[in-house]
Amino acid sequence: MLVFALRRLLQAIPILLGVSLVVFGLVHLAPGNPIDMLMPPEASPEIVAQMKAAYGFDKPLYVQYLLWLMRALHGDFGLSVFNATPVWGQLVTALENTFILAILGAALGFALGIVTGLIAALYHGRWPDKLASAIATAGVSLPHYWCAIVLVLACAVLHDWLPAQGMGDDSLPIWQRLDFLVLPVVTLSLIPMGVIGRLVRATVLDILGQDFVGALSAKGLTRWPVLRHIIKNAAPPVLALMGLQFGYLLGGSILVETVFNWPGSGNLLNLAIFRRDIPVLQATILVLATFFVLLNLLVDIAQAAIDPRIRR
Amino acid sequence: MPDIGLAATTTDTPVLQVDDLTVRFKRRNTDVAAVNGASFALRRGETLTILGESGSGKSVSLKALMGLLPGYAQVHGKIWLDGREILGLPAAELAKLRGGAISMIFQEPMAALDPVYTIGEQIAETIVQHEGVDRRTAMQRALGLLERVKIPSPERRLKNYPHEMSGGMRQRAMIALALACSPSVLLADEPTTALDVTVQIQVLLLLRQLQQELGMAIVFVTHDVGVAAEISDRIAVMYAGRFVESGTTREIMRHPQHPYTQGLLASTVHGAMRGSKLETIPGTPPNLASLPPGCAFAPRCRYTRDACRTGDVPVITSPTGAMVRCVRATETVPA
Repeated sequence: MLVFALRRLLQAIPILLGVSLVVFGLVHLAPGNPIDMLMPPEASPEIVAQMKAAYGFDKPLYVQYLLWLMRALHGDFGLSVFNATPVWGQLVTALENTFILAILGAALGFALGIVTGLIAALYHGRWPDKLASAIATAGVSLPHYWCAIVLVLACAVLHDWLPAQGMGDDSLPIWQRLDFLVLPVVTLSLIPMGVIGRLVRATVLDILGQDFVGALSAKGLTRWPVLRHIIKNAAPPVLALMGLQFGYLLGGSILVETVFNWPGSGNLLNLAIFRRDIPVLQATILVLATFFVLLNLLVDIAQAAIDPRIRR
Repeated sequence: MPDIGLAATTTDTPVLQVDDLTVRFKRRNTDVAAVNGASFALRRGETLTILGESGSGKSVSLKALMGLLPGYAQVHGKIWLDGREILGLPAAELAKLRGGAISMIFQEPMAALDPVYTIGEQIAETIVQHEGVDRRTAMQRALGLLERVKIPSPERRLKNYPHEMSGGMRQRAMIALALACSPSVLLADEPTTALDVTVQIQVLLLLRQLQQELGMAIVFVTHDVGVAAEISDRIAVMYAGRFVESGTTREIMRHPQHPYTQGLLASTVHGAMRGSKLETIPGTPPNLASLPPGCAFAPRCRYTRDACRTGDVPVITSPTGAMVRCVRATETVPA
């Protein structure tokens, strides 16, 4: 098991290097030069060249890449082209904000998804199954920016139950601003709920059809111990999907963060793209991709810990 | 060997008695009569084999005894286990019996074992469930059971997952699991069908030896005449959910009375004469959703006459206890 974990950890290194290469390459493939964006059209070529040199855009691409990678490994992502503040600071703030939403949205979505999926499978073909499946399908199919707008309309405009947007006054500690979290968290939980709910239903139905479930009853196990076996068998595929879903949530939803005016990583990415702010863009994508890879690494290890057939 | 609580006691009353067991599967448009009045009794240390083709109702009968049939199955009749009526017991009571006084081994041990728990955990779990002992004691008992079913290096195998064992080893582990709480009745649903022939005989010998040591009764279900001859004291031949013939293994093997039994024996390598062609039984088993009146075997029988297709088929019981359900039997069996 330890060997498996170490091997997967080592395998993650080339993946991360590849990711960094793609991130760097893609940004430079895109048209538009950040310096041209910043400079007024009448700026003299000398000044443009000077700016390029200051940001390192004058060097060959591979040198730029290696320099960028070396600094990135030390947590130095340089300065934003747009406002000359350190990229790292902006990134950490945005990620923190998104992280709060992502972890709560994932927790709520996964919990609801697992419960509805289990109910649907255990009452296969009867009304609880149909109800749970309808909820799951709605969760996956409704566009979440639309849900966000409807929620705002219902809870903030028509009634004065919850704040419509923002994070509340910065000076207050987060637990006094919890009401600002409710609407975005509920919105974000819809897709994970639907996706996980459907997978749990399908996986559990598949397991219920296997002989060993009957054999568990044959050895005298009652309902709850049998359910424990079913859950452990269903866990690996569900965990894999949870890893992906949580990864997406960490990337932040540009649409949802826009509706709720939430200063998270989706928002940051959006701004960076429009401002051609290459250092911010690169840093954000690299950090998110790293999270994604590490998250899936953890999922792989958890899966192998649960199902020994995966350790090979 | 550590004491694993498998000491045998012998009595002469039947440990398992089944009276007129019927099972019907009723769903919207279908009504399948899977078992149509099976009766038998078993004493301690006795092995009854239910012999029959696929779909004859053998496995359904076993599942009915365990109370493992789905909700839409209608089970009627009487089942006594150790003198106690068990059909229709509430689920919680039934769960206490399953894996305890009555347990089961399956055709495909790979499918019947949970792939994500070790063999040791799966055996210990049963013991904990039934006897409320702590996990350490249960594991200790599981180790003793693996030794008992002659699994080599049992300490290591205890920590193995099912996929890490060979087919024969898995079936031995399954037997250990079934014997964990010293059942008085062991139901074996084609336990050797999925195994290599050489492993088959080892498992059969092991079952026989364990039965002698522990004195449990075994109901063995198979379609394999050779296996039936090897393991059974008595054989009951099932066709379309009914016993068409039963008797001691010797009676059935040497002097089969029912045309179906004769056909079964003639269609196996064991039964056929050297040099002669293997026979087959023409046709297929009847559709259990619409059984013909009279003898269910009549459409495939070479001796069919008009009396076979109407009314009840006479049941002839010989003084030795052998039974045959056939119109012709009145002529062929000395009454």
